[in-house]
Amino acid sequence: MSGVLIPSSVQRIAVLGAGHVGPVIARIAIDAGFEVAVAASGSPENLELITQVVMPGAEARWAADAAAAADLLVLAIPLHRFSALDPGLLAGKLVVDAMNYWAPADGVVRMFQGQELSSSEIVQRQLSQSTVVKSLNQIAYQDLEDGRRPAGSPDRHAIGVAGNDAAAAKLVGEVIDRIGYDPILLPSLSAGRILQPGGPIFGAVLARSEFELAIHTTAVHA
Amino acid sequence: MTTSTTESPRESTGGSTRFPLVLGLDTFGDHEHDAVDRPLSHAQTIRNVVEEGVLAEQVGVDFFGIGEHHTDDFPMPAADVVLAAIAARTKRIHLGSAVTVLSSDDPVRVFQRFSTLNAISSGRAEVVLGRGSSIDSFPLFGYDLADYEDLFEEKVNLFAELLKGGPVTWQGNLRPSLNSLDVVPYAEAGPFPAWIGVGGSPQSVVRAAHYGFSLMLAIIGGSPARFRPFSRLFLQALEKFGREPLPIGVHSPGHVADTDEKALEEFWPRWLHIITKMSKVRGFAIPTMESFRFEVGPQGALFIGSPETVAQKIAANLKTLGANRFDLKFGMPGLSPDSLLKNIELYGTKVIPLVRELLAD
Repeated sequence: MSGVLIPSSVQRIAVLGAGHVGPVIARIAIDAGFEVAVAASGSPENLELITQVVMPGAEARWAADAAAAADLLVLAIPLHRFSALDPGLLAGKLVVDAMNYWAPADGVVRMFQGQELSSSEIVQRQLSQSTVVKSLNQIAYQDLEDGRRPAGSPDRHAIGVAGNDAAAAKLVGEVIDRIGYDPILLPSLSAGRILQPGGPIFGAVLARSEFELAIHTTAVHA
Repeated sequence: MTTSTTESPRESTGGSTRFPLVLGLDTFGDHEHDAVDRPLSHAQTIRNVVEEGVLAEQVGVDFFGIGEHHTDDFPMPAADVVLAAIAARTKRIHLGSAVTVLSSDDPVRVFQRFSTLNAISSGRAEVVLGRGSSIDSFPLFGYDLADYEDLFEEKVNLFAELLKGGPVTWQGNLRPSLNSLDVVPYAEAGPFPAWIGVGGSPQSVVRAAHYGFSLMLAIIGGSPARFRPFSRLFLQALEKFGREPLPIGVHSPGHVADTDEKALEEFWPRWLHIITKMSKVRGFAIPTMESFRFEVGPQGALFIGSPETVAQKIAANLKTLGANRFDLKFGMPGLSPDSLLKNIELYGTKVIPLVRELLAD
């Protein structure tokens, strides 16, 4: 985590990945007033039409350019493609890991097979020159847009934010709040395990109180 | 760089209204239970699906689709064989897959099987190709889930070549090459309709347009309206690739009974059971009555209720999505044959005429 300068605020977000999840995150970030760039594995030309139609307001760029200009990067690529990603592209950056590892659904990825580390800890280990925060992974992409509520709404839903770097997690929490969810900060990437597939929060659309109850219940039974 | 492309959604989605309205039914061969909730055999379930297809034609359904699955809940691995049995007993209804899991199949064999179905049915075969959101076929046939995207991309590419007819020359990485090989049976009258089922990836939409396949939007959760940009993307991608507009269809689960209450009452316990089971394997949340009610409501993806309720929802969503086809995925493991036959009858005799009326300007 050397050399990462956590920005004082976030204005430019780069979304890496234009599959199921990336475009939804790009859209809700644009709605929240962020400047959004999108990149996939290929050239921006291949992505231009998708960006114009599905993420109007976002800019299709090469991954390196999008990353260089961003205050915050969201990783939304299939996890089995992660090992092919050049960590150098993300060096010095605040990175939100929105990916999930669930072998029964997506296949076994050797790098993520161990039980002792959470998937985001493994991502952090690979991206040794970035600061990784786990978030935006736990609500299904098809619910992410409709689930947004303005701050203070009684039926506002919560999204977990787990990070080893408290300042980074706090900043990501502010982004989550601006997008339309209550951020629930978890103290470490290891604690972010609770947000993973198979955990009590994954795939659930929960209010803050329900979310906190699920964390508490899991902690008691752990 | 064009900037006008995103500004007139209504105009551009209207493009697909030039295609006739098609209202179909899909099944996954959901394992049926008898009237006192005892599981029928897989064999009896498969024979019942044949009867369901025959009834679908009798009540005026345009299309009957069968989705490939490989589990005790959905014992339907050889959909094309079942479709052939239905073809032999029907005259008019179109018959196809919903979907064929092309990633773990051989495109040449898929092409041959559906060409054969097309021959048996005198030109009523269609194929809907998908990557398959259920993954059971991968370990069964020795494929690695990590190759999911590459397998689909390459096999769709070969399938598009096969549809052109004539000797095939093709080269890829994941399947042996073909060098000017004849693939029979020859088509009598051009290729059969081929669709790509898309779950939520815009890249899949562009891929369908690139190869000239029609687009089937599989909407199984959340708001159907969020797929509207995909219709626009499809039409604009077709234009970009110099192709004529192609049909757009919607596939969603549901259940029709005489009243809303009866439909919900029959469907909910079966839905809860199967989604709970899937949740354990796939790691997502178990549905609640609240989440179910949302999906059944106007913003959700389940088409459940009386004929009037379901017809209104279908018509509204076809308009929103600029689609000309709707296939209701009926059934759920555990439902009885009587309940399914009633669903088919109501869909054909009540829902379809109502949707046609609602969409006739």
